[in-house]
Amino acid sequence: MTSALIRIENMYKIYKMGDSEVRALDGVNIEIHQNEFVSIMGPSGSGKSTLMNMIGCLDTPTSGKYYIDGIETSQMRDDQLADIRNRKIGFIFQSYNLLTKLTVLENVELPLIYMGKSRSERHRLAMQAIEKVGLSGREHHRPNQLSGGQQQRVAIARALANHPPLILADEPTGALDSKTGKEILEMIKEIHQSGNTVILITHDEQIAQTANRIIRIQDGKIFSDSEVGQA
Amino acid sequence: MNIGQAFKMAISSVISNKMRSFLTMLGIIIGVAAVIIMVALVQGTTNDITSRMESMGTNLINVTLTGRYSSVNLDMDDMEKLVEGNPEYFVSVAPSINGNVTAKVGTVNENTSLLGTNQHYSTILNAEVESGRFITEQDVAGRKKVAVIGKYIANHYFEGEDPLGQSIKISGQVFTVVGVLKAKTTNISQNSQDDRIIIPYSAAQRLLRNAIIRSYSFQAASKEVAEKASEKLEELLLSLLGNENAYNVMNQAEMLETVESIMGTMSLMLGGIAGISLLVGGIGIMNIMLVSVTERTREIGIRKAIGARRASIMTQFIIESIVVSGLGGIMGIIWGMTGSYLLGKFTSIPTSVSVSIVILSAGISAGIGIFFGWYPANKASKLNPIDALRFE
Ligand SMILES: Nc1ncnc2c1ncn2[C@@H]1O[C@H](COP(=O)(O)OP(=O)(O)OP(=O)(O)O)[C@@H](O)[C@H]1O
Ligand SMILES: [Mg+2]
Repeated sequence: MTSALIRIENMYKIYKMGDSEVRALDGVNIEIHQNEFVSIMGPSGSGKSTLMNMIGCLDTPTSGKYYIDGIETSQMRDDQLADIRNRKIGFIFQSYNLLTKLTVLENVELPLIYMGKSRSERHRLAMQAIEKVGLSGREHHRPNQLSGGQQQRVAIARALANHPPLILADEPTGALDSKTGKEILEMIKEIHQSGNTVILITHDEQIAQTANRIIRIQDGKIFSDSEVGQA
Repeated sequence: MNIGQAFKMAISSVISNKMRSFLTMLGIIIGVAAVIIMVALVQGTTNDITSRMESMGTNLINVTLTGRYSSVNLDMDDMEKLVEGNPEYFVSVAPSINGNVTAKVGTVNENTSLLGTNQHYSTILNAEVESGRFITEQDVAGRKKVAVIGKYIANHYFEGEDPLGQSIKISGQVFTVVGVLKAKTTNISQNSQDDRIIIPYSAAQRLLRNAIIRSYSFQAASKEVAEKASEKLEELLLSLLGNENAYNVMNQAEMLETVESIMGTMSLMLGGIAGISLLVGGIGIMNIMLVSVTERTREIGIRKAIGARRASIMTQFIIESIVVSGLGGIMGIIWGMTGSYLLGKFTSIPTSVSVSIVILSAGISAGIGIFFGWYPANKASKLNPIDALRFE
């Protein structure tokens, strides 16, 4: 068995609001291996985004351990976490999160800049990623000159530019119509097929079925974890 | 992150907010321009005074009688006796009676400054004549109504005619021009050293209705004895007047020192005031940078999410702040230099822009960018990526 790309051990995330507390994550254990395609499903407020933030090293848990590529992250400093996000994770957000003042090319180059790649290398890798998502010729457009689906493709290109092993997508089709959503979903499938590990967060049963494995979460707890097709 | 990239982003952010950037810069612009102009004014004035003093004769000792603290009144005869009694120290003495008068020639009728003195003034204070002659002993003794005029008077009042032998009405009394002084300044303008009339002090006493002369210029026998001569003079005056507050003796070296120290203080004072406006400008930058950090919280969150380290975010905002203050500094230097130039050209106030101040202000404005950009940039770099991403 290959070693796990991601291992979450007994993770809690508790938000305290005055007297009451919200257990956004309530004792979660997950292991995800190299080149898996996993959907995380659950109703609104179940803790999906919270979990994604933990997996993406964007937030720190209240307690519990998190290993990515065998590295334990809970004691890490800001900059070390930034490097992990930069090298190991590609993010695809529901709201694209592109920088509106930069062009498509500049947006896609950003993670490469933070990785310290040279100018020419940056350009080459960014153009490659843009081509992969089918946006060649649009490099010098700004995000607001593109449709929602195209913007999400820019975000995908940005996520792929650094060739990170893990792609994290939080409701990537949430802001798109069903046709465009399907195209984006196809693209995510291709990314998985080309060797990436993909984690897809959604509350849509049909979209979740795209993956090979579905983790269902409710009230911060995992209540089912199964391979697709096994019922 | 790449510095060039950061500069590019900073400049595009400045351009996309033109008005706001300009208003932010204005504080720095005004501050830097003020520093440059103030210092140029002081420097120019110092240079002017110094050169005026150096153009005066050497070995000069000035005596001013305060007219208080003593019942004894010394007059010109007493001063001449001091010179005659101490030939090893003094060569000569010239009195000065100054006044503002109106001078009229034909239709030209303007204010000018009048000096009453004697024949020694010419050598003691380097007032050489270009044509005609200076005042003589006879002019003084006979209280003659003769005048030696500055180059400006000669040019402006007589309009190309030879002024020698012509009449000039000074405060209503007719004087005859007997000499024209050599120009002391290059542009020969009104209110300069070339805009003046010299007449015998005896005539001046009557004209200005001022019998008592309070100011005398002694010429020391040589440069070597100048210091001693000035001490000797103090000693003599003390014995005559009986109180050391009744007179004031100053030799040229001391005068130069005094001027330089006064101007140094002025420079610090004016520079300090201008410096405060720079400080205010810096606070303006800090304020706008804080606004910018808040406005761009989401951008910061995105950048951090895709792997920007603290230092990258910090660099980005510091550079933006440096760009704003640096551009302000450059514009301030341009405004300051232009302002100094125009002041010098269109007023009689001399200015002299010093290169070191220009370099200093450029450095200071960049420094302000770093100093006042630090806190906002640091704040930005410490934002939690998840909080920043959630920010609407
Ligand atoms: N910063 C916060 N402070 C307090 N409570 C929070 C915070 N973030 C999330 N929560 C709470 O944690 C729980 C899980 O939120 P989360 O955003 O993970 O849900 P979700 O499954 O992503 O929902 P959705 O499908 O609507 O996006 C919710 O009850 C939410 O109110
Ligand atoms: Mg969510």
